[in-house]
Amino acid sequence: MRKQFVKTVESLMAADSRLVVLLGDISVFGFRNAFQLHPQHIYNIGICEQAMTSMGAGLAKTGLIPVLHSIAPFVVERCFEQIKVDFCYQKLPGNIVSVGASYDYAALGCTHHCPGDVAVLRTLPGMEIVVPGTPAEFDQLFRAAYAGPHPTYFRLSERSNPQAQNVEFGRANVLKQGKLATVIAVGTALPPVLAAVKDLDVTVLYYTTVAPFDGETLKRNSHGGKIVLVEPFYAGTLVADIYAALGTAAVAIQTIGVPHQFLTHYGHAEEHDEAIGLTPDAIRKRVTDFVRSS
Amino acid sequence: MNPLKRQIVAATMATKEGHIASAFSILDILWVLYNQVIRVNPQNFQSDDRDYFILSKGHGSLALYAVLGERGFFPLSELEQFSTFQSRFGGHPDCNKVPGVEASTGSLGHGLPFGVGVALGMRIRDINRRVFVLVGDAECNEGSIWEAALLAAHHKLANLTCIVDHNHSTDRALGLGILVGKWEAFGWRATTIDGHDHRQIADALKQSAPDRPTVIVAETIKGFGCKQMENNPAWHHRSPTREELPLILEELA
Repeated sequence: MRKQFVKTVESLMAADSRLVVLLGDISVFGFRNAFQLHPQHIYNIGICEQAMTSMGAGLAKTGLIPVLHSIAPFVVERCFEQIKVDFCYQKLPGNIVSVGASYDYAALGCTHHCPGDVAVLRTLPGMEIVVPGTPAEFDQLFRAAYAGPHPTYFRLSERSNPQAQNVEFGRANVLKQGKLATVIAVGTALPPVLAAVKDLDVTVLYYTTVAPFDGETLKRNSHGGKIVLVEPFYAGTLVADIYAALGTAAVAIQTIGVPHQFLTHYGHAEEHDEAIGLTPDAIRKRVTDFVRSS
Repeated sequence: MNPLKRQIVAATMATKEGHIASAFSILDILWVLYNQVIRVNPQNFQSDDRDYFILSKGHGSLALYAVLGERGFFPLSELEQFSTFQSRFGGHPDCNKVPGVEASTGSLGHGLPFGVGVALGMRIRDINRRVFVLVGDAECNEGSIWEAALLAAHHKLANLTCIVDHNHSTDRALGLGILVGKWEAFGWRATTIDGHDHRQIADALKQSAPDRPTVIVAETIKGFGCKQMENNPAWHHRSPTREELPLILEELA
Protein backbone atom coordinates (compact mmCIF):
# COMPACT_ATOMS: atom_id res chain seq x y z
CA MET A 1 0.00 0.00 0.00
CA ARG A 2 2.87 2.35 0.75
CA LYS A 3 4.15 2.04 -2.83
CA GLN A 4 0.67 2.76 -4.12
CA PHE A 5 0.46 5.79 -1.82
CA VAL A 6 3.57 7.19 -3.49
CA LYS A 7 2.25 6.33 -6.97
CA THR A 8 -1.17 7.86 -6.37
CA VAL A 9 0.14 11.03 -4.78
CA GLU A 10 2.83 11.52 -7.42
CA SER A 11 0.27 11.12 -10.15
CA LEU A 12 -2.07 13.64 -8.49
CA MET A 13 0.77 16.11 -7.87
CA ALA A 14 1.35 16.30 -11.61
CA ALA A 15 -2.22 17.47 -12.11
CA ASP A 16 -3.12 19.33 -8.93
CA SER A 17 -0.75 22.09 -7.84
CA ARG A 18 -2.59 22.47 -4.53
CA LEU A 19 -1.02 19.30 -3.11
CA VAL A 20 1.79 19.69 -0.58
CA VAL A 21 3.35 16.57 0.99
CA LEU A 22 4.96 16.72 4.43
CA LEU A 23 6.94 13.64 5.45
CA GLY A 24 7.98 12.90 9.03
CA ASP A 25 11.30 11.49 7.79
CA ILE A 26 9.43 8.40 6.54
CA SER A 27 9.03 7.19 2.91
CA VAL A 28 11.50 9.86 1.79
CA PHE A 29 13.34 7.53 -0.61
CA GLY A 30 10.02 6.35 -2.01
CA PHE A 31 9.09 9.90 -2.93
CA ARG A 32 12.45 10.66 -4.59
CA ASN A 33 10.81 11.41 -7.95
CA ALA A 34 8.42 13.91 -6.37
CA PHE A 35 11.35 15.67 -4.70
CA GLN A 36 12.94 16.01 -8.14
CA LEU A 37 9.80 17.07 -9.99
CA HIS A 38 7.95 19.19 -7.42
CA PRO A 39 10.49 20.53 -4.91
CA GLN A 40 8.14 23.31 -3.79
CA HIS A 41 5.40 20.79 -3.01
CA ILE A 42 7.14 18.11 -0.93
CA TYR A 43 9.19 18.46 2.26
CA ASN A 44 10.96 16.09 4.59
CA ILE A 45 9.92 17.89 7.75
CA GLY A 46 12.04 15.82 10.09
CA ILE A 47 10.97 14.17 13.32
CA CYS A 48 8.61 16.77 14.76
CA GLU A 49 5.11 15.46 14.17
CA GLN A 50 3.34 18.03 16.34
CA ALA A 51 4.69 20.99 14.38
CA MET A 52 4.23 19.08 11.12
CA THR A 53 0.53 18.67 11.87
CA SER A 54 -0.05 22.31 12.80
CA MET A 55 1.99 23.32 9.78
CA GLY A 56 -0.21 21.17 7.55
CA ALA A 57 -3.27 22.96 8.89
CA GLY A 58 -1.54 26.28 8.16
CA LEU A 59 -0.98 25.18 4.55
CA ALA A 60 -4.67 24.29 4.33
CA LYS A 61 -5.50 27.76 5.61
CA THR A 62 -3.87 29.20 2.49
CA GLY A 63 -5.91 26.98 0.17
CA LEU A 64 -3.37 24.20 -0.34
CA ILE A 65 -4.07 20.50 0.26
CA PRO A 66 -1.66 19.00 2.77
CA VAL A 67 -0.73 15.31 2.91
CA LEU A 68 0.96 14.41 6.19
CA HIS A 69 2.74 11.09 6.50
CA SER A 70 4.52 9.07 9.14
CA ILE A 71 4.19 5.85 11.12
CA ALA A 72 0.76 5.53 12.73
CA PRO A 73 1.54 6.17 16.42
CA PHE A 74 3.57 9.26 15.59
CA VAL A 75 1.22 10.84 13.08
CA VAL A 76 -1.91 10.13 15.16
CA GLU A 77 -1.33 9.64 18.86
CA ARG A 78 1.63 11.94 19.34
CA CYS A 79 -0.11 14.87 17.69
CA PHE A 80 -3.71 14.06 18.53
CA GLU A 81 -4.39 17.54 19.90
CA GLN A 82 -2.98 19.20 16.80
CA ILE A 83 -5.37 17.12 14.68
CA LYS A 84 -8.22 17.97 17.03
CA VAL A 85 -7.68 21.72 17.27
CA ASP A 86 -5.83 22.76 14.13
CA PHE A 87 -7.75 20.60 11.65
CA CYS A 88 -11.07 19.51 13.18
CA TYR A 89 -12.01 22.47 15.39
CA GLN A 90 -10.86 24.97 12.79
CA LYS A 91 -12.71 23.01 10.07
CA LEU A 92 -9.65 22.82 7.83
CA PRO A 93 -9.27 20.01 5.31
CA GLY A 94 -6.22 17.81 4.84
CA ASN A 95 -4.96 14.27 4.60
CA ILE A 96 -3.14 12.23 7.20
CA VAL A 97 -1.67 9.03 5.80
CA SER A 98 -0.16 6.57 8.23
CA VAL A 99 1.81 3.43 7.61
CA GLY A 100 2.24 0.48 9.96
CA ALA A 101 -1.27 -0.51 10.99
CA SER A 102 -1.89 -2.03 14.45
CA TYR A 103 0.97 -4.55 14.90
CA ASP A 104 2.37 -4.57 11.35
CA TYR A 105 5.73 -3.75 12.92
CA ALA A 106 5.42 -6.55 15.46
CA ALA A 107 9.14 -7.03 15.88
CA LEU A 108 9.69 -3.34 16.70
CA GLY A 109 7.59 -3.56 19.84
CA CYS A 110 4.68 -1.65 21.31
CA THR A 111 6.09 1.85 20.71
CA HIS A 112 5.52 1.15 17.01
CA HIS A 113 2.11 -0.51 17.37
CA CYS A 114 -1.06 1.49 16.88
CA PRO A 115 -4.30 -0.47 17.30
CA GLY A 116 -5.90 2.60 18.93
CA ASP A 117 -5.70 5.08 16.04
CA VAL A 118 -9.23 4.62 14.75
CA ALA A 119 -10.69 4.66 18.27
CA VAL A 120 -9.08 7.98 19.16
CA LEU A 121 -9.73 9.66 15.82
CA ARG A 122 -13.39 8.57 15.96
CA THR A 123 -13.81 10.96 18.90
CA LEU A 124 -13.08 13.97 16.69
CA PRO A 125 -16.11 15.65 15.10
CA GLY A 126 -15.65 16.04 11.34
CA MET A 127 -12.79 13.54 11.06
CA GLU A 128 -13.03 11.07 8.18
CA ILE A 129 -11.37 7.67 8.57
CA VAL A 130 -10.47 5.39 5.68
CA VAL A 131 -9.16 1.83 6.08
CA PRO A 132 -8.28 0.44 2.66
CA GLY A 133 -7.63 -3.28 2.24
CA THR A 134 -5.53 -3.17 -0.92
CA PRO A 135 -3.38 -0.72 -2.91
CA ALA A 136 -6.07 -0.39 -5.59
CA GLU A 137 -8.67 0.40 -2.93
CA PHE A 138 -6.39 3.05 -1.46
CA ASP A 139 -6.03 4.61 -4.90
CA GLN A 140 -9.80 4.76 -5.41
CA LEU A 141 -10.50 6.11 -1.94
CA PHE A 142 -7.71 8.68 -1.87
CA ARG A 143 -8.67 10.11 -5.25
CA ALA A 144 -12.26 10.39 -4.08
CA ALA A 145 -11.55 12.07 -0.75
CA TYR A 146 -8.23 13.91 -0.80
CA ALA A 147 -9.63 17.26 -1.92
CA GLY A 148 -12.80 17.08 0.18
CA PRO A 149 -13.84 19.59 2.84
CA HIS A 150 -12.85 17.49 5.89
CA PRO A 151 -9.63 16.18 7.38
CA THR A 152 -9.26 12.55 6.30
CA TYR A 153 -7.17 9.79 7.84
CA PHE A 154 -5.93 7.00 5.57
CA ARG A 155 -4.77 3.97 7.53
CA LEU A 156 -2.24 2.07 5.43
CA SER A 157 -1.14 -1.42 6.29
CA GLU A 158 2.02 -3.18 5.24
CA ARG A 159 -0.32 -6.10 4.52
CA SER A 160 -2.82 -6.29 1.73
CA ASN A 161 -5.92 -8.34 0.93
CA PRO A 162 -5.37 -10.75 -1.98
CA GLN A 163 -8.27 -9.35 -3.97
CA ALA A 164 -9.40 -5.73 -4.32
CA GLN A 165 -13.06 -4.77 -4.11
CA ASN A 166 -14.62 -2.00 -6.14
CA VAL A 167 -14.96 0.42 -3.24
CA GLU A 168 -16.58 3.81 -2.91
CA PHE A 169 -15.75 6.45 -0.30
CA GLY A 170 -18.35 6.48 2.45
CA ARG A 171 -20.08 3.31 1.25
CA ALA A 172 -19.86 -0.29 2.48
CA ASN A 173 -19.78 -3.20 0.03
CA VAL A 174 -22.25 -6.08 0.36
CA LEU A 175 -20.12 -9.11 -0.46
CA LYS A 176 -22.47 -11.90 0.54
CA GLN A 177 -26.04 -12.13 1.76
CA GLY A 178 -27.39 -14.59 4.32
CA LYS A 179 -29.94 -14.93 7.10
CA LEU A 180 -28.24 -15.94 10.33
CA ALA A 181 -26.09 -12.88 11.05
CA THR A 182 -24.35 -9.90 9.51
CA VAL A 183 -20.57 -9.98 9.61
CA ILE A 184 -18.84 -6.63 9.23
CA ALA A 185 -15.24 -6.86 8.03
CA VAL A 186 -13.08 -3.73 8.11
CA GLY A 187 -10.10 -3.26 5.78
CA THR A 188 -7.48 -5.96 6.15
CA ALA A 189 -9.74 -8.05 8.37
CA LEU A 190 -11.62 -9.17 5.26
CA PRO A 191 -9.58 -12.23 4.12
CA PRO A 192 -9.92 -14.26 7.34
CA VAL A 193 -13.61 -13.32 7.51
CA LEU A 194 -14.32 -14.53 3.96
CA ALA A 195 -12.47 -17.77 4.64
CA ALA A 196 -14.25 -18.23 7.95
CA VAL A 197 -17.81 -17.80 6.68
CA LYS A 198 -17.61 -19.05 3.10
CA ASP A 199 -20.19 -21.82 3.69
CA LEU A 200 -22.17 -20.08 6.41
CA ASP A 201 -25.56 -18.46 5.74
CA VAL A 202 -24.48 -14.98 6.79
CA THR A 203 -24.27 -11.52 5.25
CA VAL A 204 -20.80 -10.03 4.83
CA LEU A 205 -20.39 -6.26 4.68
CA TYR A 206 -17.00 -4.80 3.85
CA TYR A 207 -16.15 -1.36 5.24
CA THR A 208 -13.23 0.70 3.96
CA THR A 209 -14.63 4.03 5.16
CA VAL A 210 -15.48 3.89 8.87
CA ALA A 211 -16.11 7.60 9.42
CA PRO A 212 -18.54 8.70 8.17
CA PHE A 213 -20.03 5.29 8.94
CA ASP A 214 -22.40 3.88 6.33
CA GLY A 215 -25.31 3.11 8.63
CA GLU A 216 -27.79 2.80 5.75
CA THR A 217 -26.13 -0.24 4.18
CA LEU A 218 -25.96 -1.89 7.58
CA LYS A 219 -29.59 -1.10 8.26
CA ARG A 220 -30.69 -2.70 4.99
CA ASN A 221 -28.56 -5.80 5.64
CA SER A 222 -29.03 -6.63 9.31
CA HIS A 223 -32.21 -8.69 9.19
CA GLY A 224 -31.41 -11.00 12.09
CA GLY A 225 -30.20 -8.27 14.42
CA LYS A 226 -27.08 -10.34 15.08
CA ILE A 227 -23.94 -8.43 14.16
CA VAL A 228 -20.38 -9.71 14.20
CA LEU A 229 -17.90 -6.86 13.99
CA VAL A 230 -14.41 -7.89 12.85
CA GLU A 231 -11.89 -5.05 13.08
CA PRO A 232 -8.13 -5.02 12.43
CA PHE A 233 -7.77 -2.53 15.33
CA TYR A 234 -9.07 -2.51 18.92
CA ALA A 235 -12.12 -4.76 19.13
CA GLY A 236 -15.37 -2.89 19.49
CA THR A 237 -14.15 0.44 18.12
CA LEU A 238 -17.20 0.82 15.88
CA VAL A 239 -19.86 -0.52 18.26
CA ALA A 240 -21.30 2.93 18.88
CA ASP A 241 -21.72 3.42 15.12
CA ILE A 242 -23.66 0.16 14.89
CA TYR A 243 -25.96 1.20 17.72
CA ALA A 244 -26.39 4.61 16.12
CA ALA A 245 -27.45 2.91 12.86
CA LEU A 246 -29.69 0.20 14.29
CA GLY A 247 -30.76 1.41 17.72
CA THR A 248 -29.97 -0.58 20.83
CA ALA A 249 -33.16 -2.60 21.34
CA ALA A 250 -32.95 -5.70 19.17
CA VAL A 251 -29.27 -5.89 18.37
CA ALA A 252 -26.68 -8.35 19.61
CA ILE A 253 -23.08 -7.58 18.75
CA GLN A 254 -20.07 -9.87 18.84
CA THR A 255 -16.76 -8.03 18.58
CA ILE A 256 -13.60 -9.58 17.18
CA GLY A 257 -10.39 -7.59 16.88
CA VAL A 258 -7.27 -6.59 18.73
CA PRO A 259 -7.69 -7.07 22.50
CA HIS A 260 -7.29 -4.00 24.69
CA GLN A 261 -3.81 -4.76 25.94
CA PHE A 262 -0.20 -4.14 24.94
CA LEU A 263 0.96 -6.92 22.62
CA THR A 264 4.37 -7.39 24.19
CA HIS A 265 5.55 -10.29 22.03
CA TYR A 266 7.63 -9.59 18.93
CA GLY A 267 7.87 -11.85 15.86
CA HIS A 268 5.64 -11.42 12.80
CA ALA A 269 2.18 -9.89 12.45
CA GLU A 270 0.80 -13.31 11.44
CA GLU A 271 1.93 -14.76 14.78
CA HIS A 272 -0.04 -12.05 16.54
CA ASP A 273 -3.07 -12.86 14.36
CA GLU A 274 -2.84 -16.43 15.69
CA ALA A 275 -2.35 -15.32 19.27
CA ILE A 276 -5.33 -12.97 19.36
CA GLY A 277 -7.71 -15.00 17.20
CA LEU A 278 -7.77 -13.02 13.97
CA THR A 279 -7.55 -16.20 11.88
CA PRO A 280 -10.20 -17.95 9.78
CA ASP A 281 -10.60 -20.84 12.24
CA ALA A 282 -10.87 -18.64 15.32
CA ILE A 283 -13.28 -16.24 13.63
CA ARG A 284 -15.39 -19.15 12.33
CA LYS A 285 -15.74 -20.57 15.82
CA ARG A 286 -16.74 -17.20 17.26
CA VAL A 287 -19.29 -16.65 14.48
CA THR A 288 -20.86 -20.11 14.71
CA ASP A 289 -21.05 -20.00 18.52
CA PHE A 290 -22.67 -16.57 18.30
CA VAL A 291 -25.18 -17.66 15.64
CA ARG A 292 -26.17 -20.69 17.73
CA SER A 293 -26.63 -18.63 20.90
CA SER A 294 -30.13 -17.34 21.46
CA MET B 1 -5.02 52.81 24.83
CA ASN B 2 -7.14 53.56 27.88
CA PRO B 3 -10.54 53.62 26.11
CA LEU B 4 -9.80 50.13 24.78
CA LYS B 5 -8.62 48.99 28.19
CA ARG B 6 -11.88 50.20 29.73
CA GLN B 7 -13.80 48.25 27.08
CA ILE B 8 -11.78 45.16 27.95
CA VAL B 9 -12.47 45.50 31.66
CA ALA B 10 -16.16 46.16 31.05
CA ALA B 11 -16.38 43.11 28.77
CA THR B 12 -15.44 40.82 31.63
CA MET B 13 -18.32 41.94 33.83
CA ALA B 14 -21.13 40.00 32.09
CA THR B 15 -19.79 36.55 32.99
CA LYS B 16 -16.91 37.48 35.32
CA GLU B 17 -14.65 35.77 32.80
CA GLY B 18 -11.48 36.94 31.09
CA HIS B 19 -7.71 37.29 31.16
CA ILE B 20 -7.49 41.10 31.52
CA ALA B 21 -3.82 41.29 32.55
CA SER B 22 -2.74 39.10 29.62
CA ALA B 23 -4.68 41.37 27.27
CA PHE B 24 -3.08 44.52 28.69
CA SER B 25 0.33 42.90 28.22
CA ILE B 26 -0.12 42.69 24.43
CA LEU B 27 -2.57 45.49 23.66
CA ASP B 28 0.05 48.02 22.55
CA ILE B 29 1.67 45.49 20.21
CA LEU B 30 -1.62 44.51 18.60
CA TRP B 31 -2.79 48.09 18.27
CA VAL B 32 0.39 49.14 16.46
CA LEU B 33 0.32 45.99 14.33
CA TYR B 34 -3.26 46.54 13.15
CA ASN B 35 -3.01 50.31 12.77
CA GLN B 36 0.44 50.78 11.28
CA VAL B 37 1.75 47.53 9.83
CA ILE B 38 -0.60 44.76 8.82
CA ARG B 39 -2.31 44.85 5.42
CA VAL B 40 -5.80 43.47 5.90
CA ASN B 41 -9.12 44.95 4.88
CA PRO B 42 -11.89 44.66 7.50
CA GLN B 43 -14.44 44.59 4.67
CA ASN B 44 -12.61 41.79 2.81
CA PHE B 45 -10.65 40.09 5.54
CA GLN B 46 -10.43 36.70 3.80
CA SER B 47 -8.74 38.05 0.70
CA ASP B 48 -5.74 35.98 -0.47
CA ASP B 49 -3.80 39.20 -0.65
CA ARG B 50 -3.56 39.88 3.07
CA ASP B 51 -1.08 39.73 5.91
CA TYR B 52 -1.93 37.23 8.64
CA PHE B 53 -1.86 37.71 12.38
CA ILE B 54 -2.15 34.64 14.61
CA LEU B 55 -2.65 35.08 18.33
CA SER B 56 -0.96 31.91 19.53
CA LYS B 57 -1.55 32.80 23.19
CA GLY B 58 -5.30 32.66 22.74
CA HIS B 59 -6.06 33.73 26.30
CA GLY B 60 -5.10 37.26 25.24
CA SER B 61 -8.26 37.25 23.10
CA LEU B 62 -9.76 40.37 24.68
CA ALA B 63 -6.92 42.51 23.32
CA LEU B 64 -7.41 41.08 19.83
CA TYR B 65 -11.18 41.58 19.94
CA ALA B 66 -10.75 45.18 21.12
CA VAL B 67 -8.29 46.04 18.36
CA LEU B 68 -10.29 44.27 15.63
CA GLY B 69 -13.49 45.93 16.82
CA GLU B 70 -11.89 49.34 16.77
CA ARG B 71 -10.60 48.65 13.23
CA GLY B 72 -14.16 47.91 12.10
CA PHE B 73 -14.17 44.13 11.74
CA PHE B 74 -17.34 44.11 13.89
CA PRO B 75 -19.11 46.55 16.22
CA LEU B 76 -16.98 47.05 19.31
CA SER B 77 -20.15 47.21 21.40
CA GLU B 78 -20.63 43.46 20.82
CA LEU B 79 -17.79 42.85 23.26
CA GLU B 80 -20.27 43.46 26.07
CA GLN B 81 -21.51 39.93 25.36
CA PHE B 82 -18.03 38.47 25.88
CA SER B 83 -18.18 34.80 26.92
CA THR B 84 -21.96 34.72 27.25
CA PHE B 85 -23.71 31.63 25.87
CA GLN B 86 -24.66 33.03 22.46
CA SER B 87 -21.67 35.34 22.04
CA ARG B 88 -19.22 35.11 19.13
CA PHE B 89 -16.49 36.18 21.52
CA GLY B 90 -15.14 33.43 23.76
CA GLY B 91 -12.36 33.33 26.29
CA HIS B 92 -10.24 31.95 23.47
CA PRO B 93 -10.84 33.07 19.89
CA ASP B 94 -12.72 31.02 17.28
CA CYS B 95 -11.75 31.76 13.69
CA ASN B 96 -15.06 30.41 12.43
CA LYS B 97 -16.99 32.94 14.51
CA VAL B 98 -15.03 36.18 14.80
CA PRO B 99 -14.30 38.19 11.63
CA GLY B 100 -10.57 38.80 11.30
CA VAL B 101 -9.47 36.05 13.69
CA GLU B 102 -7.17 33.78 11.68
CA ALA B 103 -6.76 30.83 14.04
CA SER B 104 -8.69 29.16 16.84
CA THR B 105 -6.15 29.09 19.60
CA GLY B 106 -6.15 28.44 23.32
CA SER B 107 -4.11 25.30 23.68
CA LEU B 108 -0.60 26.70 23.75
CA GLY B 109 2.10 25.86 21.24
CA HIS B 110 -0.16 25.57 18.19
CA GLY B 111 -0.12 29.07 16.69
CA LEU B 112 3.55 29.31 15.74
CA PRO B 113 3.76 26.00 13.82
CA PHE B 114 0.39 26.88 12.25
CA GLY B 115 1.91 30.21 11.20
CA VAL B 116 4.92 28.36 9.76
CA GLY B 117 2.47 26.48 7.53
CA VAL B 118 0.71 29.68 6.49
CA ALA B 119 4.05 31.36 5.70
CA LEU B 120 5.21 28.36 3.67
CA GLY B 121 1.84 28.21 1.91
CA MET B 122 2.13 31.88 0.91
CA ARG B 123 5.59 31.24 -0.48
CA ILE B 124 4.39 28.19 -2.44
CA ARG B 125 1.50 30.23 -3.83
CA ASP B 126 3.82 33.11 -4.61
CA ILE B 127 1.88 35.56 -2.46
CA ASN B 128 4.17 38.27 -1.17
CA ARG B 129 2.58 38.90 2.21
CA ARG B 130 3.72 38.56 5.81
CA VAL B 131 2.67 36.35 8.71
CA PHE B 132 2.83 37.61 12.29
CA VAL B 133 2.44 35.28 15.27
CA LEU B 134 2.34 36.38 18.89
CA VAL B 135 3.36 33.83 21.53
CA GLY B 136 3.60 34.11 25.29
CA ASP B 137 6.87 33.58 27.11
CA ALA B 138 5.39 30.75 29.16
CA GLU B 139 4.11 29.33 25.88
CA CYS B 140 7.78 29.00 24.95
CA ASN B 141 7.87 26.10 27.43
CA GLU B 142 6.09 24.06 24.76
CA GLY B 143 8.30 21.84 22.61
CA SER B 144 6.21 22.55 19.53
CA ILE B 145 7.34 26.20 19.64
CA TRP B 146 10.94 25.10 19.22
CA GLU B 147 10.01 22.54 16.57
CA ALA B 148 8.44 25.44 14.68
CA ALA B 149 11.49 27.62 15.32
CA LEU B 150 13.73 24.98 13.73
CA LEU B 151 11.39 24.56 10.77
CA ALA B 152 10.96 28.27 10.05
CA ALA B 153 14.73 28.84 10.07
CA HIS B 154 15.48 25.72 8.02
CA HIS B 155 12.99 26.74 5.35
CA LYS B 156 14.18 30.37 5.45
CA LEU B 157 10.70 31.78 6.03
CA ALA B 158 11.60 35.45 5.80
CA ASN B 159 7.89 36.32 5.62
CA LEU B 160 7.34 35.08 9.19
CA THR B 161 7.67 37.28 12.29
CA CYS B 162 7.16 35.95 15.79
CA ILE B 163 6.56 38.32 18.69
CA VAL B 164 7.27 36.96 22.15
CA ASP B 165 5.20 38.64 24.85
CA HIS B 166 7.97 38.51 27.47
CA ASN B 167 6.02 39.49 30.57
CA HIS B 168 7.92 37.01 32.71
CA SER B 169 4.88 34.97 33.63
CA THR B 170 7.00 31.89 32.99
CA ASP B 171 9.57 32.81 35.61
CA ARG B 172 7.73 31.11 38.48
CA ALA B 173 7.77 27.82 36.57
CA LEU B 174 10.54 27.44 34.06
CA GLY B 175 13.30 29.92 33.39
CA LEU B 176 13.93 30.70 29.72
CA GLY B 177 17.45 32.01 30.21
CA ILE B 178 18.66 34.32 27.47
CA LEU B 179 15.62 34.31 25.20
CA VAL B 180 17.06 36.37 22.35
CA GLY B 181 20.17 34.18 22.30
CA LYS B 182 18.04 31.06 22.07
CA TRP B 183 16.13 32.33 19.03
CA GLU B 184 19.36 33.47 17.39
CA ALA B 185 20.85 30.04 18.00
CA PHE B 186 17.81 28.55 16.24
CA GLY B 187 18.64 30.68 13.19
CA TRP B 188 16.28 33.62 13.59
CA ARG B 189 16.94 37.34 13.31
CA ALA B 190 16.21 38.49 16.86
CA THR B 191 15.57 41.88 18.43
CA THR B 192 14.40 43.12 21.80
CA ILE B 193 12.04 46.05 22.32
CA ASP B 194 9.95 47.74 24.95
CA GLY B 195 6.60 46.15 24.19
CA HIS B 196 4.68 49.22 25.33
CA ASP B 197 6.62 51.81 23.28
CA HIS B 198 4.65 52.34 20.08
CA ARG B 199 7.56 53.71 18.06
CA GLN B 200 9.80 50.77 18.99
CA ILE B 201 7.00 48.32 18.23
CA ALA B 202 6.31 49.84 14.81
CA ASP B 203 9.99 49.98 13.85
CA ALA B 204 10.56 46.38 14.86
CA LEU B 205 7.44 45.06 13.10
CA LYS B 206 8.37 46.80 9.85
CA GLN B 207 11.80 45.19 9.66
CA SER B 208 12.64 41.73 8.42
CA ALA B 209 15.62 39.82 7.07
CA PRO B 210 15.76 38.52 3.48
CA ASP B 211 16.78 34.98 4.34
CA ARG B 212 15.39 34.06 7.75
CA PRO B 213 12.44 34.60 10.06
CA THR B 214 12.39 37.41 12.59
CA VAL B 215 11.59 37.27 16.27
CA ILE B 216 10.81 40.32 18.38
CA VAL B 217 11.21 39.72 22.08
CA ALA B 218 8.89 42.35 23.51
CA GLU B 219 9.56 43.21 27.14
CA THR B 220 6.10 43.72 28.57
CA ILE B 221 4.33 44.12 31.87
CA LYS B 222 1.40 41.86 32.54
CA GLY B 223 -1.56 44.07 33.43
CA PHE B 224 0.23 47.14 32.04
CA GLY B 225 -1.47 50.43 32.91
CA CYS B 226 -3.40 49.24 35.95
CA LYS B 227 -1.27 49.32 39.07
CA GLN B 228 -3.06 46.67 41.08
CA MET B 229 -2.93 44.23 38.16
CA GLU B 230 0.65 44.80 37.10
CA ASN B 231 2.74 41.68 37.67
CA ASN B 232 0.15 40.44 40.14
CA PRO B 233 -0.51 36.71 39.63
CA ALA B 234 -3.89 37.05 41.34
CA TRP B 235 -5.07 38.93 38.25
CA HIS B 236 -4.08 36.26 35.71
CA HIS B 237 -7.65 35.08 35.27
CA ARG B 238 -10.29 37.11 37.06
CA SER B 239 -12.54 40.12 36.66
CA PRO B 240 -13.05 43.06 39.03
CA THR B 241 -15.48 42.94 41.93
CA ARG B 242 -18.23 45.55 42.02
CA GLU B 243 -16.10 47.53 44.50
CA GLU B 244 -12.91 47.33 42.40
CA LEU B 245 -14.55 48.25 39.09
CA PRO B 246 -14.99 52.04 39.56
CA LEU B 247 -11.44 52.38 40.89
CA ILE B 248 -9.99 50.51 37.92
CA LEU B 249 -12.07 52.48 35.40
CA GLU B 250 -10.97 55.71 37.08
CA GLU B 251 -7.30 54.70 36.80
CA LEU B 252 -7.89 53.97 33.11
CA ALA B 253 -9.76 57.25 32.52
